[in-house]
Amino acid sequence: MTNEFWSFIFGRLTWDVLPIHEPILVVTFIVVVLGGLAVVGALTYFKLWSYLWKEWFTSVDHKKIGIMYMVLGLVMLLRGFADALMMRLQQAIAFNGYEGYLNAHHYDQLFSVHGVIMIFFVAMPLITGFMNYVVPLQIGARDVSFPFLNNFSFWMTAGGAVLVMMSLFIGEFAQTGWLAFPPLSGIEHSPASGVDYYIWALQVAGVGTTLSGVNLIATIIKMRAPGMSLMKMPVFTWTSLCTNVLIVASFPILTAVLTLLALDRYVGTNFFTADFGGSPMMYINLIWIWGHPEVYILILPCFGIFSEVASTFSGKRLFGYTSMVYATVVITVLSYLVWLHHFFTMGSGASVNSFFGITTMIISIPTGAKIFNWLFTMYKGRIRFELPMMWLIAFMLTFTIGGMTGVLLAVPPADFVLHNSLFLVAHFHNVIIGGVLFGIFAGINYWWPKAFGYKLNTYWGKISFWLWNVGFWLAFGPLYVLGLMGVTRRLRTFDDPSLQIWFIIAGIGALVIAAGIAAMLVQFGVSIFGKNKEWDTTGDPWNGRTLEWATSSPPPQYNFAFTPIIHDNDAWADMKARHAQRPTKDFMEIHMPRNTGTGVVLAGLSVVLGFALIWYMWWLAILSFVALIGAAIIHTFNYDRDYYIPVEAIADVENERTRLLSGAR
Amino acid sequence: MSRFAKLLLVPLAAPLLAGCNAVVMAPAGDVAVQQRDLIIIATVLMLLIIIPVMVLVVLFARRYRQGNNAKYEPNWDHSTQLELVIWSAPLAIIICLGAVTWVSTHLLDPYRELGRLGPDRPVVAEVEPLEVEVVALDWKWMFIYPQYDIATVNELVAPVDRPISFKLTASTVMNSFYIPAMAGQIYAMPGMQTRLHGVINEPGTYKGIAAHYSGHGFSGMHFETKGVSDREFEAWVAEVRNSPDMLSRQRYLEVEKPSEHVPVMHFAGVESGLYTAIVNMCVERDKMCVSEMMSIDEQGGLGHAGVNNLAPELYGGGEKNRSPFGPQKTYVAAICSTDEAIAMTAKLPAIKAPDAAPLVGKGLIRPEMVAHSNAPALDWLAGKLAFNQNTSADAL
Repeated sequence: MTNEFWSFIFGRLTWDVLPIHEPILVVTFIVVVLGGLAVVGALTYFKLWSYLWKEWFTSVDHKKIGIMYMVLGLVMLLRGFADALMMRLQQAIAFNGYEGYLNAHHYDQLFSVHGVIMIFFVAMPLITGFMNYVVPLQIGARDVSFPFLNNFSFWMTAGGAVLVMMSLFIGEFAQTGWLAFPPLSGIEHSPASGVDYYIWALQVAGVGTTLSGVNLIATIIKMRAPGMSLMKMPVFTWTSLCTNVLIVASFPILTAVLTLLALDRYVGTNFFTADFGGSPMMYINLIWIWGHPEVYILILPCFGIFSEVASTFSGKRLFGYTSMVYATVVITVLSYLVWLHHFFTMGSGASVNSFFGITTMIISIPTGAKIFNWLFTMYKGRIRFELPMMWLIAFMLTFTIGGMTGVLLAVPPADFVLHNSLFLVAHFHNVIIGGVLFGIFAGINYWWPKAFGYKLNTYWGKISFWLWNVGFWLAFGPLYVLGLMGVTRRLRTFDDPSLQIWFIIAGIGALVIAAGIAAMLVQFGVSIFGKNKEWDTTGDPWNGRTLEWATSSPPPQYNFAFTPIIHDNDAWADMKARHAQRPTKDFMEIHMPRNTGTGVVLAGLSVVLGFALIWYMWWLAILSFVALIGAAIIHTFNYDRDYYIPVEAIADVENERTRLLSGAR
Repeated sequence: MSRFAKLLLVPLAAPLLAGCNAVVMAPAGDVAVQQRDLIIIATVLMLLIIIPVMVLVVLFARRYRQGNNAKYEPNWDHSTQLELVIWSAPLAIIICLGAVTWVSTHLLDPYRELGRLGPDRPVVAEVEPLEVEVVALDWKWMFIYPQYDIATVNELVAPVDRPISFKLTASTVMNSFYIPAMAGQIYAMPGMQTRLHGVINEPGTYKGIAAHYSGHGFSGMHFETKGVSDREFEAWVAEVRNSPDMLSRQRYLEVEKPSEHVPVMHFAGVESGLYTAIVNMCVERDKMCVSEMMSIDEQGGLGHAGVNNLAPELYGGGEKNRSPFGPQKTYVAAICSTDEAIAMTAKLPAIKAPDAAPLVGKGLIRPEMVAHSNAPALDWLAGKLAFNQNTSADAL
């Protein structure tokens, strides 16, 4: 066999790309393989494969897909956080000429992959999971508009995550920072597989995100229960609508700009090269025209979660519903007018910089109005300090600081001294952890009983809460200080010994956060496997106000036996106030979509296609692309797509609920 | 900044300044000082609203907790007066901050020449700003002093209280040039030039850094910035002039090759036009400068003939472009003589004579440009080349 034959088969994939010279990766690999084998073994031993495949992987039920998104996000959180811990350790020890334990090749991958994973494969799946799970329930729908598309979207997101994880052991990831600016990310300066992993992972996941955006917009616009006008929608649904509008309007830009970068790398075009008329500045503009709305894509649903939490746990209607909705819409529109504040220092000129600085500040007005609205929702309320409410208070105290430093960075002359510094790093972690992640934690504690029928353990939840809060300030307070000391981000080694103490404090903070994550996992474990479960038989454990609390916990697969009719924006509180009776007879059969494995197949083929493109295995790329198109076409001939739930089955489920409800009273 | 505002800041800045060397909060150059003041003004303005909000959060959370039996109004969800306040209070702050932003962004525009050396210290007309041409290399900084015909690597020395006018570019990838003690940062980008103005007011040694990640050697890419007296500066210039090293184009190409943790280098002389050639990516003499390409294109371009002017890449060892489906790696060759230009453009397909008939409709006359569009670029090029042959190549 000649070399040419092998390089035809395997492209540029050789034994040399395996990181066997990196002990850290070898150990990780062994642990992952052993862990993987244990999981596979356990699944096989307990004969769970067929259950997982039939009930979960192929499911088109929005609730199950939502939970799968959450699992994906939490698993990837562990990976992304492991990267963060490694960076913290490196920065805490690499002083006085000591190189630390990570070489540049490894360290530069770490900060790139940390950002990519945390944004695309932690925050995005987690918020998409919530939107998937909650939105149809809140609007009284049976499912999303396009249930199969929903399953397909999830698997594409998971496929992107698989590609990123592959880069850990086969080849390498990008060493360019999480936005892969050219010319550094061009073929000239990054010839290896890293940037290609970046491009194809995001392209595959991007398909999923865009389609899920389309799906949820259609769902919210078309599938609301009768009586639910737009201005009667729960605020979480409103923020979800705005987020998905942002997704649909901005992700195509990301797809386009990554396609252009891929063309530069694969066929030698010059869109973003420094010579031949290419413009790297164009890439930076385009990626931030996607990137800034992306920030609001993440935070808006969390604002929605906090709105639900604030009114539920204050036992009170949300203050200023209308201004809340308008604030959301204003943020949605404005988020397209601020992208240039990410590169004031590129030399755009004073008037352009001022314009974008001031539009950025203007966003803080609706955001401030939202904070006030939550504040006055608490005012004259009767606040129950359950875990979601605690996260809300922590959010309001943390996020305002992050917002303040954000507005500070929007003042261009101030940005000239703070840009690219650790101050900036502290700022965006302040808003992303303090806003997005705290929102997600509030949401998990809030909707867990809805999804599984019992509350999460409060004791471990509180431990996790305090560890996260203390850990956050320990980890990022020092970074604010270091930023003011003129320390840049992404540095691997340091000369100035006076900086070290701050990095050590930040490292301790990261360890406290690690303990917080561990406590959260214990909380899940104790809640799932513990004996003293706080069962929720009513379906309404928090005295909720919106429609998802009107059905059982967990909801039946059809959500509502009869589509509810809405009279008020706190639909369920309104029903309770009017003592509405739950219908217990005259059920009708319900039309439901049937499960399908096509989503798994298509996403699997996309992963193969991406892998083939990354490693230049052209025959495999062509083959998998043809298979991908073929599988999609074949799926259109699958007419066995729906079925009816018979009346008896519904009656059984509903009678059981009646029995539980009477027992609960 | 008023004394009152400064007093407000003391509690904010004090712990930071006491505990560490927060250079951004205690800089040594007037521009950075103004930027620091702006950070403080903006922070104080925002705290006007942030602090009440945080206090109210804690207060309401305590007062309206279950079990405290404070007033409970479950259906109270609207108040026009309150709505007005919660929208207009942030708005008022943002109007103030917006005004401050607009003015300060223009005043502290890095492209703007300095008008002052400090509060009440306008720049005197006789003082000539120190010009420094900065090149971000992989992974070190090059400084060319055109007024003194010297250059350094990883060392920037400037007299105190003399305005410094920087021109910046980069050799391969983007970077950001930042001396926290002097002034804010600005990107340095290949094939492009940015500007920065600053001044150092206090003698001392300050840290200069690369603030934009640029590859594996990024962490070691920093330099010392020294603010010195005029006399010390002259002495330093003399010292650099005594260095045996000269920065010719050839030497630049050697220095430009990627290297890490580079010690300070001095060059006693700089080949004329080197910086311009770096910005225009034509340090190698047989590459066409970007400026030249752009002016040819501005004249209408060379059409298909331009393709004939591509030469295979030699400097990377003549390797194939790494793009799997890319063409052979090439560059646009410099045009050396009129004969060459004509030989190249002779392959041009005949251009159809333009239609001189007036435009239909209101009988508009065709714009003149169209009538002459035959080969304006060629005419222009011939003229330029004839001119070039009479001047030395250094004048590029």
